[in-house]
Amino acid sequence: MADLKIRNLQKGFDGHAIIQGIDLDIRNREFVVFVGPSGCGKSTLLRLIAGLEEVSSGSIELDGREITDESPARRDLAMVFQTYALYPHMTVRKNMSFALDLAGTDKQEVERKVSEAARILELEPLLERKPRQLSGGQRQRVAIGRAIVRNPKIFLFDEPLSNLDAALRVQMRLELARLHKELQATMIYVTHDQVEAMTLADKVVVLNGGRIEQVGSPLELYNHPANLFVAGFLGTPKMGFLRGRVSALHADGCEVALDAGCTLRLPAAGTLDVGSPVTLGIRPEHLHRAPPEQAQLMVGTDVSERLGSDTYCHVRTDSEENLTLRVRGDFTCGYGERIGLTLDLDHCHLFDADGLAVARAVRQAA
Amino acid sequence: MLTLKQSRRLTTWLVGLAAWSVALLLFFPIFWMLLTSFKTEIDAFATPPQFFFVPTLDNYLHIQERSGYFKYAWNSVTIAFGATGLGLLFAIPAAYSMAFFETRRTRGTLLWMLSTKMLPAVGVLVPIYLLAKSLGLLDTRLVLVLIYTLINMPIMVWMVYTYFKDIPREILEASRMDGAGTLQEIVRVLLPISKGGIASTVLLSLILCWNEAFWSLNLTSAKAAPLTALIASYSSPEGLFWAKLSAVSTLACAPILIFGWISQKQLVRGLSFGAVK
Repeated sequence: MADLKIRNLQKGFDGHAIIQGIDLDIRNREFVVFVGPSGCGKSTLLRLIAGLEEVSSGSIELDGREITDESPARRDLAMVFQTYALYPHMTVRKNMSFALDLAGTDKQEVERKVSEAARILELEPLLERKPRQLSGGQRQRVAIGRAIVRNPKIFLFDEPLSNLDAALRVQMRLELARLHKELQATMIYVTHDQVEAMTLADKVVVLNGGRIEQVGSPLELYNHPANLFVAGFLGTPKMGFLRGRVSALHADGCEVALDAGCTLRLPAAGTLDVGSPVTLGIRPEHLHRAPPEQAQLMVGTDVSERLGSDTYCHVRTDSEENLTLRVRGDFTCGYGERIGLTLDLDHCHLFDADGLAVARAVRQAA
Repeated sequence: MLTLKQSRRLTTWLVGLAAWSVALLLFFPIFWMLLTSFKTEIDAFATPPQFFFVPTLDNYLHIQERSGYFKYAWNSVTIAFGATGLGLLFAIPAAYSMAFFETRRTRGTLLWMLSTKMLPAVGVLVPIYLLAKSLGLLDTRLVLVLIYTLINMPIMVWMVYTYFKDIPREILEASRMDGAGTLQEIVRVLLPISKGGIASTVLLSLILCWNEAFWSLNLTSAKAAPLTALIASYSSPEGLFWAKLSAVSTLACAPILIFGWISQKQLVRGLSFGAVK
């Protein structure tokens, strides 16, 4: 069992608040990802959970036991660091058995656990090597092995893949997902890479400026971002934003007059006033090219990025706002052309003047 | 006119010449000391100085007979190792706390520690002498161990600190997560990783202790006198005996020179204060 309860957690350094009151529940066997831009406090939050930083106020509870002021050694958590942090003077075997040796575990038991971890991570041929004789990916696996042998209540990962090259990162990402399934373990994972967050997580925690912006499953966050920050942070290419004002209200929605020069009728159930400023968000896959006579919006094309399977066309509205449009890979967009677009109105996001999402009348299944 | 190639070669040659001149200039006194130690007293005084003579071991035999070289050497060894060991015992925890638990005042503390090295030793001679006297520590090895520990402490802390600074904090954090207490963290993780740095610190401290003369001359006389005091005893009372003085100096320098030669790689690393990895 590993249920983590965080209540009103705060942390400041020299009068600067880094973590500003976090409430979070992490349930047994969940894969939770903390994601956010650099400096958002995600690593600090992880280190507070690990016990490597002192909490300024608030509490952390693990399985009903208060561990806020417990030393890291006694929390029963294991951490994998971005820089691997292997003990350079010990062999791979010693690196993995160090914690068990410290705990005075029986020799045969240590041997069994190390072999087991080495088997899972395919480290068997490397057990007698020193860390400097290993490649980056192998070192990372040793760091994970060091955590596995301890059979901790929660695995903590601090940007474990960011020192690896792109190909290896994809491979290790899959291995981590597999490991989570195989070990049935609770894992907390910090990353600034939203692809890692989307692909690995059961639950994503988006952090910004030391606060939680939104918590939810990856698709929930993708499809129903709670505010402009989450909407802009998740998704590649980013969601496009168009400024506008509410021009009329109806029973089942509202009419928004965009600065870009069109009026759209959107299903929205939130409270809005006529004339209030709003921002409309639309993802690249929900924009479609249309002949000028059917288009809702006329835009000028900028550069295109061809990925093979898809092409991302960057376009600019008459109100100087940038949008990205996802089209088929064999489609080519000229530079500086004028093209027409239609918007998938059911998939538009509407945000009020404070950047908070306005509830949609018809919610799509997440 | 010289071509570019010729002028480059000339520059290299001139730099080489300059380097060799300086090196020989620095080495010459040691060489001359070594040479003189094998001369008779008469040869040693000869003008013009003699480069060719019949070598003799008389001086060395005389020293061993009159003073008992090994007693002094043993004093030097125990004092140097004692002070170094005691120093490490304090320097390692101090450097650990400064390197890994830095506060706003850490930098200031380090500089303040170093500033104590700027005080002229003779300024505190009388109080320290009186203290040693009232504690009954005059002419004991213990008093030199204590004094040397204290005077080398700033350097030792600085050196160990710079080595510790190079060690990624995460490695220690990992050991903490693995369940190590502070002592286990230092003994099982930190020290094995920084053993190169600790070795150079030990080496430097040994050399400084071995060569220290001011306090050994003032606080010891017969029982606890180290080699530096032995040299001094040959310098004046019976007039100047150049050959014997050279022999005793050679004997005093030899162990530490040989020791330094063997470990010069560590020493260079240590003296660069962690700048060269």
